Amino acid sequence: MLAERYLNVIGDSQEAWRIIVDPWTGGIMQRALAEATLLSVVGGLLGCWIVLYEVSYSAESLSHALFPGLVIAVLVGFPLVLGAGIGVTVAALLIAIFSRSLGIGRDTAVAVVISAMFGAGIVLALSPRSPPGIQGLLFGDILGVSDLDLLLAAGLAAVTLLALRLLHRQLLVVGFDRMSARSVGGNPRLVDTALLVLVALATLIAIQGLGSLLIVAVLVGPAATARLFTRRIVPMMVVAVLVAFTASVSGLYLSYYVGTAGGASVAGCIVVLYLLVLVGNSIVRRLLKVRNLGGPVNFRSSETAQPPIQRRTL
Amino acid sequence: MTAKKGNDSIVEVSKLSASYGGTLVLENVHFQVEPSLKIGILGPNGGGKTTLFRVLLGELAPLRGTVIVHGSCGYVPQTERSRLDYPVSALDVALMGTLTRIPWWRRPRRAERLQALDALGKVGMKELADEQFGELSGGQRQRVLIARALVQDAQLLLLDEPFSGLDSSSAKRLSLLLDQLAAEGRSILIATHDVEQARAWDLVLCLNRHQIAFGDPSKTLTRSVIQATYGGEIVAFSEGASEQAHLILPPHHHDTS
Repeated sequence: MLAERYLNVIGDSQEAWRIIVDPWTGGIMQRALAEATLLSVVGGLLGCWIVLYEVSYSAESLSHALFPGLVIAVLVGFPLVLGAGIGVTVAALLIAIFSRSLGIGRDTAVAVVISAMFGAGIVLALSPRSPPGIQGLLFGDILGVSDLDLLLAAGLAAVTLLALRLLHRQLLVVGFDRMSARSVGGNPRLVDTALLVLVALATLIAIQGLGSLLIVAVLVGPAATARLFTRRIVPMMVVAVLVAFTASVSGLYLSYYVGTAGGASVAGCIVVLYLLVLVGNSIVRRLLKVRNLGGPVNFRSSETAQPPIQRRTL
Repeated sequence: MTAKKGNDSIVEVSKLSASYGGTLVLENVHFQVEPSLKIGILGPNGGGKTTLFRVLLGELAPLRGTVIVHGSCGYVPQTERSRLDYPVSALDVALMGTLTRIPWWRRPRRAERLQALDALGKVGMKELADEQFGELSGGQRQRVLIARALVQDAQLLLLDEPFSGLDSSSAKRLSLLLDQLAAEGRSILIATHDVEQARAWDLVLCLNRHQIAFGDPSKTLTRSVIQATYGGEIVAFSEGASEQAHLILPPHHHDTS
């Protein structure tokens, strides 16, 4: 009887092992995992700066603004990088022209230009004469990644990581306090331009997997999750990458066993993970707060006094 | 920490005008500052104190006139409204001062860390070096930012309303620290609303969109100058037999121009 149970356990564990390993035996899922890893690393690291600079909405707008450029690149047969570069430049110029000459304000100009460009891209992408598969740019097709796509994404990821490493201190100084950045050797303009270019590169890396509509999930979600429970930039980056990778792998399992769309499953898992951490975090904080009641007085409270009354003697 | 010698001035501002694209927010400002001086910058909200700082920091280009700053310029902003959840420690902030010193792509090494810790020690913050910057008190954050300016070896320090919101012991401590920094040959510009406090410093610069006065506070801070500086915001009442009148300035909002 004992032996039988033992065999059962072996059988069960073998079954579990099969469930875990099975998805990764085919080339499609292996390539999907490689793409997911690349976009987890890039999205997690770059996402930390996007979240800290509070430019999540701009990052999303930018990934949409690139879209018509990418569609045209595919239709004409140009490299995607070129299409993305042209898309960003055109969007930036249009925003500058609209906000200056029409006097409608930068905010409105961004909204008008981005939705116009995104709309134009969708019209092109969904026209009956467009080649099949171009819709992948919109929703992504993480299960349809080719070796060439992967090679390109890996190259772009290497460039992005190198840039993030070299610019780390600049990003830290400018993000901390823009006004004094220049006085300590920071260069806000360099940093802003670099972030713009890096978001465009990340869009190119992630577009195959997640599509233009879902890219923002990996650029914002993991970093926002990491920010909930880390207190230093480097740990925040490590956690963000781990969160992105965990969500990506979970999304791929979900897609494999439930048959949901790959990119959307990954994006969904990122959001679910964020919500889980958010709830878990607030529960832990509440528990800690209860425990700290009646503890020693915090040294910080002593120096925050009311401003003095404004009384002058002449 | 080299002190400037002789009468070489640290800042020379001549006929400076500045704007943010529209109307002039600062006009015809003209002064120079020698080493080891504490200079109070007085003026109402929107009077141009912050604009002057932006120009000195190189953040805003002058519209007219020239600004020459010899050596590096450190800035100690008000931190109440800044993002206090930024993920850096006090030491990280002090280390930012090394960016001018070492190539910007290089990581700070042991020597730079020791220097940053030294600077934190000098402002009495060494024990809290590993604390989250945003969780320190206002006075402690200010001292960490002064440490950053020391690491960058700033000859000129710009402090924005450093005494507002401090209790008396923190204010006293900050005063002593500023005295010490001035004794080392650094000059310190202090934007303030506190006319009384500015009287104790070496010079005052009164701004209300243009320069009202600059000079020794005992001679400069006359009633008419203060009235010209603060305009109609001032309320005066006399106090008994004393020749002196008390002036009450309305509660201020922070200058964001």
